[in-house]
Parts: sequence; structure tokens; C-alpha cells
Amino acid sequence: MLLRYIFFRALMLIPVSISISVVIFLIVHLLPGDPIDNLIRVGSSTEDRKTLVLKYGLDQPLAVQYFRWIGAIFQGDFGEAIVLRRPVADLIAQNLPYSLRLGGAAFAFSSIAGITLGTISATTRSAIVEIIMRGFILLGSTVPGFWLALLMILFFAVQLQWFPVSGAKGWSSLVLPVLTIGFGGVALVARVTRVALLDVRREDFVTLLHAKGLPSRTILFRHLMPHAMLPVVTILALRIGWILGGAVTVEFVFGRPGLGSLLIRAIGQRDYPVVQGCLLMLALAVMLGTLIGDVAQAAMDPRIRETKK
Amino acid sequence: MTRITDTIARALSGFRSTPMSRAFGSWLGKIAGGFLALLVLTAIFAPWITPFDYAAQDLTNGNAPPGWPHLLGTDQFGRDVLSRVIYGARTSLSVSATAIAISITVGMTLGAAAGYFGGFFERAVMTVVDLTWSFPDILIALIFVAIIGPGLTSTTFAIAIAYLAQFTRLTRAQIVRLKQETFIEVTINLGAKPYHILLKHLLPNAIAPVIVVGMLAIGDGIVLEATLGFFGLGAQPPTPSWGAMMSSGTAKLFLSPWVIIFPGVVVAVTVIAVNLFGDELIRALDIRDRIRDS
Repeated sequence: MLLRYIFFRALMLIPVSISISVVIFLIVHLLPGDPIDNLIRVGSSTEDRKTLVLKYGLDQPLAVQYFRWIGAIFQGDFGEAIVLRRPVADLIAQNLPYSLRLGGAAFAFSSIAGITLGTISATTRSAIVEIIMRGFILLGSTVPGFWLALLMILFFAVQLQWFPVSGAKGWSSLVLPVLTIGFGGVALVARVTRVALLDVRREDFVTLLHAKGLPSRTILFRHLMPHAMLPVVTILALRIGWILGGAVTVEFVFGRPGLGSLLIRAIGQRDYPVVQGCLLMLALAVMLGTLIGDVAQAAMDPRIRETKK
Repeated sequence: MTRITDTIARALSGFRSTPMSRAFGSWLGKIAGGFLALLVLTAIFAPWITPFDYAAQDLTNGNAPPGWPHLLGTDQFGRDVLSRVIYGARTSLSVSATAIAISITVGMTLGAAAGYFGGFFERAVMTVVDLTWSFPDILIALIFVAIIGPGLTSTTFAIAIAYLAQFTRLTRAQIVRLKQETFIEVTINLGAKPYHILLKHLLPNAIAPVIVVGMLAIGDGIVLEATLGFFGLGAQPPTPSWGAMMSSGTAKLFLSPWVIIFPGVVVAVTVIAVNLFGDELIRALDIRDRIRDS
């Protein structure tokens, strides 16, 4: 059943990725001027231009051009970066691991810290913890990520000198970026965990478990948590795209290599082959992220497998 | 499924259930509203309020700390930070408000048409909407800045497009719900034309939640504008913008942190005020359920 769900859910990715790749493909064609000027550096020889026109079929209808472009990408050819003068595929291969590491660490941090805090606040039921969490959610969704990152640098890296100001050397350089991205996420996950736990606790079967004389700890971990995790997984799945968006900003501020900072720099320099490659990879990451989230949800809740076929 | 989304919705909106906390909320709402009104007035009357010319450079007095006569200090070119923050309010507020106005207009049109006519058109629109829904707003905005090129115009359109899905979805949900009401059925049976029903009966009843969500989106738009500006893809110098100010401030982050701290504080306070005030409006109009529906 689950496999069936995964299969159909993954099938849905095909039309979605086609539409997104078409939009990204059209970028160079929607720009004013001849597309070839957006794909090659100024002052290239007429011969180089001719080779590129032939390669992408720029004298052919748009549909043919699209298939040439996407076909090349499937063979790992993302074109040649105009400013950096290297194959875009190399640039992506070089930057992708940094983004994955940052995104993965931020996701793990949001989930672990969020669920732990939520559980603590649900078991202690402290009103102060509740108010603090709401404050963090409000701040996390309103304070611009790049500004938070700058404040982190000022305070933890410059004043206290606990962590490096920028770069991506070693694990200590991950701490501040991960804290910045996780800032709002932790509070959000914690609050959902808390509300879900308090909800489940009210059910009759929990009263029965208490009546049977099970220790509270066993009830919490064996019986309450599995139920409470459903909405938590939902919100975590929704956070994946958010975390990627946050990673784009945070990479740029901390001067970390990564797809986000590569993309932003490329847009500024009008290096369109790089822009297209980065956008494609980021879009793919968002789609895979939501896919994993949906599958995780379906794995935990048979009702979704039944209804969302 | 309903139980899960319900739990999340309550987790995000609950809290103010006691009379005491409700009163606190409305008091907070008043302060937030007052702050926003003040900010808009400051932006409008910027030329008469600013103590210095926002673009006047004074290289002998660069990176001066907050004090007199430069209340918030000066940046690396000796420009008055306070004056630039005030003028930045003009840029940020007008760009975000224009973008959201475009977004609401287009989104309402698409959503109303989709909800009213249904069929293939509705499915096509909603497929695109669901597609953009899962993408972070910054990524959508970057795609459009990539197409149009850096600048304030492209920032405006990028913000408009990033939040388009939200309004389309919300309007459609309202129209679909309203279509089942008795008074609409009666109007149809009385022989009213479709455009008459849509314009005179459906849209006026659907507009309140859209406007409030639009107000909240202005806050998101301000953050997005500042972020694009910070990346150097938004306002170009010498146009003062909160994001661009902070971007140029990073070069001298250690020497003059006030160039970064003050615009950031203003952005954060503004967006928090927008959110608190929007929450207040939602409660006052009693439309939380209608917004959650979409």
C-alpha cells in the first residue's frame, strides 16, 4: 500500500518538474535581446557563437530548443559559466554538498530541539514557556533572516569570538548559520508538539493506561508520542521548503559556498547559465523535500494513503 | 486529516482564549496600529522631517557613532543614518504596498473566476497555484528578478508574483463557499447575469479576508524587499532602502554596526506591528475560520 502511494506521489513530480524547467528555460528567452548574448561572454568569437547556436539549436523552434537544453542537462551538461569560465556542472557539484550539509543540519536542529522543547513544555505545562515560544514564533516569522544572521555574527563571532565570522571550515562554522535558520522553526515545531501532546493526553485510552498503573514515562514515550508526531511531521514537511529558502539567504550572509550564494552572485553578474542551473537544482531540492515529507506522513498515517491516491 | 491540520491551526492561532489575554491583544493591536500610522506619515512627510539630506556625503565624518547631530550615526560615506532610514521607509512601504496591491488584484480575479466558473479553468489555475505554494517566496522572487534584472520594478513584480498564489487560493475558497449560500441560489433563480452575481454579490462578501491577508502580506513583502535589497538585487544606489543600507553596511560591520542595526530594528518592528495589527483585524472582523478554510 505504502509503495503504491509512493509510486503515485512520485509520478506527480513529473508534470511539476517539467513546468518548472520550462519556466527556468524561458528565462534567457524572456530577457531582452538575442538569447545567445545571455549565454556567452561578451567578445566571444563568431565561431564560438556559432557552436553554441548549433548546440542549443537557437535557430530552431522553441520546443526543439527546450528539448536540446533539457537533454544536455540530463547528460550532466549545464552549459558554461560566463563569468567564472567553468562548466556550470562543476560549480554545482562543488557547491551542492555545502548547501546539503547546511540544510540537513538546520532541519535536524529544528526537529530535535523543537520536539524536545515541546515535550518539556507539555509535561511541565508552564505558561511562561508558552509565552516565550509564541514570542519566538512571531520573531522567527517577522525578523529578516539576513539581519538575524548579521546580529549573530556581531554578537557571537565578533564580541564573544566563539565561532568563525564566515566561511565553511569545520563544524564550528555551521553553528551560527544553523541557529539562524532554525530560529523560528524550533519554536514552531515546539508549539505544535506541545498542542498535539496535550490533545492526545485528553483521550480516553490515556486515562485507561494511567488506571492500569503504567509509569508516566512509558505512557509518554510509548503511547502519547507516536500519536502526537503526526501533526509534527506535517509541519516539519512544510518546513523543508522554508529551510531551503532560509539557507539561500544565510549562505550569502555568512559567505559560505553553496547553491544559494552562487545563485545570488550569478543573478547580480547576469551569468544566466549558472542562474538556470542553480534554480533547477534548488527547485528539484524543494520538490524532493516535499515528496519525502509526504511519504513520511503517509508512512505514519494509513488514512492519508487511503485518501490521497 | 482534519484533526492534524486543526491541531496545527490551533497551535498557531490559539493562546488568546482568556478574556485577560484578549484584552492584552487588543491593547497591543492599538499600539501596533498607531506605530504603523506614524510610520506611513513619516514616509509621506520625509522631506520635511529628515534632519539631513539622505544622499549628502561627508567623507570627513564617516562611520560616526550615534550622537549629536547624527542621532543614529553616519555610514562609511558620512551619510546620516536616520535620514536614510526615514527615506528607506518610503521605498520599502511603497514597493511592498504596490506589489501586494497588484498581487491582490490579479489573485482575486483569477481566484474568483476559478471558483465561479469551475471546470478545466479552475483545475488549471489551482494546479499552478499549488505548484508555487510549496516553493519558498525568496526562490520565486529570485526567478523573476533573474528574468527582469535587478532593480525596484523587478522587485515589485517579484513580490507580487511570490504572494499571488495566496490570494488566488483564498478568493477561490471564499467564492466556492459563498456559491452554496441560499441568497446566491435565489439570485441565480431570479435570473441574474453571472457577472452581476460575481461583482455585486460574491466579491463584496469575499473581500474582507483577502484585504486582511493582504495587509499581513505587506509585512512579508517588506522583508522580501529588504532581502532582495540586501542581495544587491533590489533598490540600486543612491536610492535609500532598508535592505540596501544594510548591504553596504556589511563592509564595515565591525567598525560601524549601527548602519546595520538600526534599519534592521525598523524592519523587524514594522513587520511585527503589521502582524499584530493584522491579527487584531482578523479577530475584530471574526474571519479566522474563513482564512483558515483556504
